[in-house]
Amino acid sequence: MKRVWRHHSHDVAIGDHDNLSAIPSGESVQIREMLGGHHFLSRLVSLGFTPGTHLKVVQNFGRGPIIVSVRDTRVALGRCEAERILIDRLAREDNGH
Amino acid sequence: MAIEAQSSSAANPQATQQAAQQAVSVLEGEVTLTVALAGQPNVGKSTVFNLLTGLSQHVGNWPGKTVEQKTGTYRSQNRTIHLVDLPGTYSLTANSPEEIIARNYIIQERPDVVVAVVNAASLERNLYLVAELFSLAKQVVLGLNMVDVAEGEGMRVEPRVLEAALGVPVVSMSAAKNQGVRELVETVDRVVSGELICEPNVPEIRADHREVLAEIHELVAPHTPPPYPSEWVALKLLEGDREITEMMQSRCLPPECWEKVHEILMDHEDAVLAVASGRYDWVGRMIRAAVTRPRAGQITLTERLDRWATHPLWGLAILAAVLGVVYWLTFAIGQPLQQFLDVYVVGGLANAAAIGLAGAPAWISGLVVDGVLGGVGTVVTFLPILVIFFAVLAVLEDMGYMARGAYVMDRFMHLMGLHGKSFLPLFLGFGCNVPAVMGTRIIDSHRGRLLTILLAPLVPCAARMTVVVFIAPIFFGKAAMLVAWGLVIFALAILAVMGVLLNQWVLKGERSAFIMELPLYHIPNLRTIGIQVWQNISEFLKKAGTLILVMSILIWALATLPHGEIQTSYLADVGKALAPLGSLMGLSWEMVVALLSSFVAKENSIATMGILFGGAAGEAGLQSALAGVLSPAAALAFLVVQMLFIPCAATVAAIKQESKSWGWTAFSVVMLLVLSLSAGILTFQIGNGVL
Repeated sequence: MKRVWRHHSHDVAIGDHDNLSAIPSGESVQIREMLGGHHFLSRLVSLGFTPGTHLKVVQNFGRGPIIVSVRDTRVALGRCEAERILIDRLAREDNGH
Repeated sequence: MAIEAQSSSAANPQATQQAAQQAVSVLEGEVTLTVALAGQPNVGKSTVFNLLTGLSQHVGNWPGKTVEQKTGTYRSQNRTIHLVDLPGTYSLTANSPEEIIARNYIIQERPDVVVAVVNAASLERNLYLVAELFSLAKQVVLGLNMVDVAEGEGMRVEPRVLEAALGVPVVSMSAAKNQGVRELVETVDRVVSGELICEPNVPEIRADHREVLAEIHELVAPHTPPPYPSEWVALKLLEGDREITEMMQSRCLPPECWEKVHEILMDHEDAVLAVASGRYDWVGRMIRAAVTRPRAGQITLTERLDRWATHPLWGLAILAAVLGVVYWLTFAIGQPLQQFLDVYVVGGLANAAAIGLAGAPAWISGLVVDGVLGGVGTVVTFLPILVIFFAVLAVLEDMGYMARGAYVMDRFMHLMGLHGKSFLPLFLGFGCNVPAVMGTRIIDSHRGRLLTILLAPLVPCAARMTVVVFIAPIFFGKAAMLVAWGLVIFALAILAVMGVLLNQWVLKGERSAFIMELPLYHIPNLRTIGIQVWQNISEFLKKAGTLILVMSILIWALATLPHGEIQTSYLADVGKALAPLGSLMGLSWEMVVALLSSFVAKENSIATMGILFGGAAGEAGLQSALAGVLSPAAALAFLVVQMLFIPCAATVAAIKQESKSWGWTAFSVVMLLVLSLSAGILTFQIGNGVL
């Protein structure tokens, strides 16, 4: 895994299209990178978030915290926290499981 | 593999077991064993603990920490087994005091067996903790709990396959239905007796970091202090674990060695993710064969319920309905019971004491009837409401709803630097501030809890509203209702402002990220709830009860000594000394004394006014007397102060009990004192100009 702050494509990531907070309800995505300090990262990790993990956005109303399903667990994430999780969208046929 | 110790023992396990046990008891007599219970939150760990230990539990604190420690005993095969409930944690990294406590206990106290309770419905994430446990403890038994919930979610876990993969015994359980607990106890016994051998399949780090881990291990191994496994220390250093890094750097490693280690660590700052991914890869291998999902893609109960419960609009409506039920219960059951206790139990005792002490000096019967029984009465009459609130909290928490309520309120609580979880305790404050303060236990971060505890007394409780409802009509006639509502809104506005201010200036910094598990819904276990209510209540009686009694006697003494009358008492002297301050709010010394006496119980201020303003002619007489001595502006100032004043003795006792700090208790009292008096003075000065 490359370090976040060296990877040029990540410099514009926050607020851009490919963070978790922008994904509509029902879509499945794959985690590409998580931004933050050790503390934040290890809390995410212990709840099942790691780069490469598939997760499904269960609920996202465009404001307020969102709900995702990751490793058989439903997790509520604050919007700011969701913005720090960068994702890759999956092809349509990958969705739905 | 968890294997039978000898092939012959498989044929006759009973005999081997007995023989092994006899051998142990011959050697050491009555042996006590220690078993630690580990697990992530929401796995039913406390249900398992409660089933095993029942009422033999002891609740205290972990040494030097504000985290609750539960221990208890159970008996099996003529042995007393000492069971320690480790705090529920998602991992064993130094993210929180709970995680440090859990791992330090295992490292330093070396329990004979660690029982890891996991939730079968979210096995993948739950085994992450087990992966960490395996590098610290060898004698592990896996309690595969909530298999019924998992099946409801369309998942089946095959315990024997999991057992073969993990190398430790696996026991299938539904603790909430009391299934599998006996088997768990037997399995622990068989591990202790050596009949079952645990060979945990310890996860390895991902291949790309194996070399660097070996490098670090080689450097630190000679300097690792005894109870710590050196491989584990190397791994934690690589993970960037704060506590272990600090320990090794400042106390264990020689400077030049630390330099080398530090250099390696700097080059692998992202290793925390590699280590974690390695653990999840391991977990994936463990469960691949053991978990089957016969009906993938079905819509589960939790999903269906959450469409409503977490909806921004319907979720709020459901929360409002839940709270409505809580209030209905309080008023329909709690209040009549409270009155019954007050009149018949406390009143009866007071009468009996008065008759029994008829011949004794007046001060003795005064001390017993007004001081001691007054205090006991306060404690006793709190009980019905506390039981209701604690039971409701426990039910909501146990069935999984609490996290949903917190989720829908998070947007609003966010402004004060709080999480949604703080909403419920604060809301309970409208009934009574005591359960509000005690209810903050559901908040996981220490800072969030403290902030909520400090804000809770600003929620106007029912007793404060009694005073408002008594005084407002005298001065504001038809507008009294408006004034009462205005005061509530005013108090809540102050609460919000104080929340923002405290968050910005006093408790700033570590606002933890909002990452919260939404557990699966399930039927609550009545036994767990019963034990939890019983524990909370007995703790309240033991700790807060004593403090309330002492404060009640103290206030009685101040209001009685030296001449036996409140008019000439020390309390009156204090009131008179504070008269200049009172006059800034348009209040006479009598009103200041009435405020001070509200410290015992909020509704006391009315009784005190009754005594100080002649006492005759009952309620109506007091109302007309008050109309004579107070201007409307002064009355409003009095009500404003009353709303924000120091909470009652019971709440202060609860604040001390829950914050475990006299410092923060004093901070709370001083903050409210300054707040209420300045608001009172402002109200009077402005009101005097306008009214």
